[in-house]
Amino acid sequence: MQPRILEIRQAVLDKNDQLARDLRSRFVAAGVLAVNLVSSPGAGKTALLEETLRRLLARGWRAAAIVGDLATENDARRLARSGAPVRQIETGGLCHLEADLVARRLEGWNLADYDFLFIENVGNLVCPSDYDLGEAVRAVLLSAPEGEDKPRKYPPMFHSADIVLLTKLDLAAAVEFDRDAALASIQAIAPHAVIFETSARTGAGIDAWIDSLVTRHASYVTRQP
Amino acid sequence: MHELSIAYNLVEIADAAARNAGALRVKVVHLRLGALAGVVEDALRFGFPVAAAGTRVEGAELCIEPVAVQVFCAGCDAPRTLAPPFVFRCPVCGQPTARLLQGREIQIESIEIEESEGGDDATTHS
Repeated sequence: MQPRILEIRQAVLDKNDQLARDLRSRFVAAGVLAVNLVSSPGAGKTALLEETLRRLLARGWRAAAIVGDLATENDARRLARSGAPVRQIETGGLCHLEADLVARRLEGWNLADYDFLFIENVGNLVCPSDYDLGEAVRAVLLSAPEGEDKPRKYPPMFHSADIVLLTKLDLAAAVEFDRDAALASIQAIAPHAVIFETSARTGAGIDAWIDSLVTRHASYVTRQP
Repeated sequence: MHELSIAYNLVEIADAAARNAGALRVKVVHLRLGALAGVVEDALRFGFPVAAAGTRVEGAELCIEPVAVQVFCAGCDAPRTLAPPFVFRCPVCGQPTARLLQGREIQIESIEIEESEGGDDATTHS
């Protein structure tokens, strides 16, 4: 018997993409700017987010966070110190967040109560790149100790970034971080990305990053704090 | 290692399509895979039979068509193909470009199925 060919032409991650589109519509309708934070493990997502939440709240904005963590609740505890509502997704070994996990963790939260929602992804520069979470902004971190050429090693992730944050720049001298090489490497992979040079420890660059989020928020919401 | 998740999604789509078509089993799955999809082909090939076990897709061949990265260069007003290692700059005029035309695809194109009625393989399989 001759096998029959059946045309399908469907994205394999179509289910996730559809759920992400639903989330995106909900975020826009509620006026909340969703930010997906991705990086390799230990690049400083939690420290950056803690400082970002603290400063946003101090400026009178309403911000919340969802944090994906493989096994522990440590990150959620650290983030809660900022005073913002924080929920944890224990991924139990899954190497990335999916739209479905985010949607389920959002249950019971009234999105309209917030201006900013941060989604701290699992530390991984490969797997999260294919999974749309409905975010308005994808921010990818590159920490000084990781080396300047990370973007060239992980082009799918860095190319998908709207914003790239250089982090832990307080360590730049100690690790002989080559700033120009890092910037060139980001621009080679993500010429469209806006770059911020930060240190959560000294606070350098954090306000500039927050300003850019506030500007993006204003672009689709008219409400002010 | 999200390739296993992707393999499960792939099998789920192929299995459902085969079921809707009344097919007993899938012989080949044709997949288009972009060079910028962030998927390691070997890992996907490793995960595919694991995900396919116990479904209509079990034993199917995974046929992968690679999709090159293509960007649009505004300077040349033309599509340009990039070769790895990827630098998002026009290979002809050197202008930076972020406008991706293709290369992120993880798309199931088609499946080759075996109909349930009258197939020899179908009866031996069950």
